[in-house]
Amino acid sequence: MTRVAASPLAMAGRALIYAALVVAAAFYLLPVYVLVITGLKSYAEAGLSQMWHLPAAPTLEGFQQAYARLAPHFANSITLTVPAALISSFLGSVNGYILAKWRFRGADLLFTLILFGMFIPYQSILIPLVDTLQRVNFAAAALGVPGWLSWAIPGYGTIPGLAFVHIVYGIPITTLIFRNYYATIPDELLDAAKADGANLLGIYRLVLLPISMPAFAVVLIWQFTSIWNEFLFAVVLTQNPAVRPVTVALYNLAGSYIVEWNVQMAGALLAALPTLLVYVFLGRYFLRGLLAGALKG
Amino acid sequence: MRLTSDRVLAAFLIAPSIAAAAVFVYGFIGWTAWVSLSNWAGLRPDLSWAGVANYLGLFANPRFHLDIRNTIVFTVFLLAACMSLGLGLALLLDRGVRGESIFRSLFFFPMAVSFIVTGVAWRWLLAPGDPATGRLTGVNVLLAHLDLPHLRWYTDHTVLHIHPDGALGQVLSGAGLGALTDPTVGIPVAMLSIVIAATWQMSGFVMALYLAGLRGFPEELREAARIDGAGEWQVYRYVVLPFLWPVTLSALIILGHISLKIFDLVAAMSKRGPGFATDVPAYFMFETTFHADRFAQGAAVAVVMLVSVSVLIIPYLVYSMRRETAT
Repeated sequence: MTRVAASPLAMAGRALIYAALVVAAAFYLLPVYVLVITGLKSYAEAGLSQMWHLPAAPTLEGFQQAYARLAPHFANSITLTVPAALISSFLGSVNGYILAKWRFRGADLLFTLILFGMFIPYQSILIPLVDTLQRVNFAAAALGVPGWLSWAIPGYGTIPGLAFVHIVYGIPITTLIFRNYYATIPDELLDAAKADGANLLGIYRLVLLPISMPAFAVVLIWQFTSIWNEFLFAVVLTQNPAVRPVTVALYNLAGSYIVEWNVQMAGALLAALPTLLVYVFLGRYFLRGLLAGALKG
Repeated sequence: MRLTSDRVLAAFLIAPSIAAAAVFVYGFIGWTAWVSLSNWAGLRPDLSWAGVANYLGLFANPRFHLDIRNTIVFTVFLLAACMSLGLGLALLLDRGVRGESIFRSLFFFPMAVSFIVTGVAWRWLLAPGDPATGRLTGVNVLLAHLDLPHLRWYTDHTVLHIHPDGALGQVLSGAGLGALTDPTVGIPVAMLSIVIAATWQMSGFVMALYLAGLRGFPEELREAARIDGAGEWQVYRYVVLPFLWPVTLSALIILGHISLKIFDLVAAMSKRGPGFATDVPAYFMFETTFHADRFAQGAAVAVVMLVSVSVLIIPYLVYSMRRETAT
């Protein structure tokens, strides 16, 4: 690919390209550097004018304090994110299959109407959402749902409630990615299974599901990342501190004036860690999800 | 026979998602619109008819004027920064540089991080320090090292606007456009700090879109233009950029609609800001609805946000669908 640049002018040009790329890399790494070194400093060292210096005496104090405060919320985020990502991906797969392979009249219009739901500002559904989830709580109380079952009630201020919301509003993007993926599968494959007597479910299970893994990887990673990072639903729907996911806990940690900078930075790193790890190891799939979100297919 | 039962099954399987969209998207939007036309201003729901009073109140509210100004400033600067940086980096990486994948991953990784993390990190980086003691923090320390003046960043009160007594201001006043010299049509400097953080997070997305677009660029086109005597710059200007136009359009619309909805980053970095310098409709909606319990007013803000996003998104959806059926 790369041709060896012969003339001095071309060499200077290449040097300029690399210089520009290195400057850009420095810009993107700047917050990472500060997050890491500040997180590793003691309270006495953080917040002074030597904030760019490497820690004189690195300590995990900040990380320990941040972990103590964030750990329960970390657990909340996991119980929220994993089931919500799995369920919304599965729904998207079924929807995508039907919209791509069992096309009915008005299927495209219907798909467009579903897609619109992923672009709306969620502020425009938030008030009815809070109201509806609160009604679920009232209904559960009126029906006398026993306390030990309350974990399963998707009401206001609960993790199942928040998970339910993420599943519902995740349907457009998961449907989009699966529909576009299944559209690339030749109809002949399905026709062969049909000729063998497979019905709609049989075709899905025998033909499409086995070759759906790449699409599932993209959708699951996308949903995991977006639900983990989501803030608006989380902050509005969880008044009870015990059920708050990690983004809200970090927001409160950073908003408190009595929490030191080193703890805040360590907390930010901890909160970002799961999605960063996913990015490092499965970045390819994450990128594909993002490009699909731009409707590029 | 088989075909019919399969069709029934198909309808049955997709029905829950259709119902969910009908209720949770369209039904709830209608419900919000109804709330915005009501008198609901307390913990107890009150859906008595108020007509458009909430909208009139909103557009007479000085805070909302500033929100509109801030959103326009944020959108214009964010789009300009992300598009130029994203396109620039994509074009550089497309020239077959060594370590391309490492650079690409570095430029793109902020997309995997939440706006809250970004906000917390940049709030610290752009913390102005303590003016009383003159002790600087963050990027200001670097500026001081370079003998540059330090900045107030997101705590800056300054609104850059046309001065009414200046030459331009007097010309405008003479032309009956004196309103343009008001700070409500200026540029709040504090907002630019939010733009920096958002650019850090989202420029990599634009780069990724352009790189994906460039991968489909037929090299013959470039060769043909060169044979016709086009210089390097002309090739970019008249061949590559027009080829990338659909990507540019997607990027503008996706970024534009995100910037109209921006909430998390502002909440984590500066909230309203000094003199509402970084206040945005989403933050106003959040405060007025869930802190002040003025539900009808909050619903009106939400409807205005929805309309502004729809103006961008609906034509885009229709265009995408048409293009798909055409191919």
